[in-house]
Amino acid sequence: MTMRKRICLCLLLVASTAAWSADMPEFHLIIKDHRFEPTQLKVPANTKFKLLVKNADSTPSEFESHEFNREKIVLPNRTISVFIGPLDKGSYKFFDDFHQDTGNGVLIVE
Amino acid sequence: MLGVALLVFREVLEAALIVTIVAAATRGVVGRARFIGGGIGLGVIGAILVALFAGVIEEAVGGSGQELFNACVLLAAVLMIGWHVIWMSSHGRELVQQMQSVGHAVKAGSSSLAMLLAVVALAVLREGSEIVLFLYGMAAGGAGRVDLLLGVPLGLAGGTAVGFALYFGLLRIPMRYFFNATNWMLVVLASGLAATAAGFLIQADLLPAWGNQFWDSSWLLANGSLLGQTLHILTGYEARPAGMQLVFWLATFVILVTGMRLMAARMSAQHKPARTAASVTVTAAHGA
Repeated sequence: MTMRKRICLCLLLVASTAAWSADMPEFHLIIKDHRFEPTQLKVPANTKFKLLVKNADSTPSEFESHEFNREKIVLPNRTISVFIGPLDKGSYKFFDDFHQDTGNGVLIVE
Repeated sequence: MLGVALLVFREVLEAALIVTIVAAATRGVVGRARFIGGGIGLGVIGAILVALFAGVIEEAVGGSGQELFNACVLLAAVLMIGWHVIWMSSHGRELVQQMQSVGHAVKAGSSSLAMLLAVVALAVLREGSEIVLFLYGMAAGGAGRVDLLLGVPLGLAGGTAVGFALYFGLLRIPMRYFFNATNWMLVVLASGLAATAAGFLIQADLLPAWGNQFWDSSWLLANGSLLGQTLHILTGYEARPAGMQLVFWLATFVILVTGMRLMAARMSAQHKPARTAASVTVTAAHGA
């Protein structure tokens, strides 16, 4: 494969995943007073989805999960998006790395 | 206070382990302390800048700026470590010989040293920027001054202590295996960093996962545990890796090992045509 073909293929791949994400289900979380709202979020099994996390506090947070392998800093009054899954049925904990004593929640995948 | 100390400890540990491997890999090299110190200094400045511009980074590239930035920093470190280990496989033998004549410091190629300075700087920058954001939030959120004044030094000291412990542990490796060992550690470290970079690109949906949770070994060793985190830094261990992360890990490993072998074979062909030593392993052992 020539270099040009390879680059084209790469772009195609990126473009196809970008187009894909347009009709992906979206779910929302809010961080308020260093707590997640809701603390339990139901999402469908075996489906890739987009999670939007809004930080309503005036201090930075870090949305993190060891169980579904994600970490992203959420600045004050901003919303981040992370793509998650597809996940098997079960419950997956997540937390606010900067406020671990209060910022805890769980994804219920069913 | 304990919360502050723990977060600082975990972030410092990540950077400290990488700095430790670099420090061991440059054992006996002239001016190494200056290079590593310079790398840490640059990293701290970089960390503050990254934290200051976190909002700009975040909003870049359609909200995927944070993931792209992390992936680029990690992949840059992979390239630089790769450069160093391949360079080492052609110069490792001289290095071991020079090290064995006691008191002889080694003059290493400055390009290779500069690469490692950058690796140190990038490691400190990535972890440091999280500490800066966290501490800013703590201070702005009205955390007690005592919490910060005690927690930060405590975490810093703890992370650094583990780094030093690993360093002195590594120094016990016999000299004839030493650079071999540090080179392999660098190869595995680079492979792990590449896998972590792939994780960020999957999170931003810029790469397909190719199997979101390829296996689950969290029952054996969870990423949240201290051992799991340490292994994650040193080797890229994930309890639930994506298939694409495994591809990145293996590709980096194979490319670096092949590069090292080719370079070592070329060097031994140049120096002693009769010798057929093809691997770094053999090369370093011959040098001893």
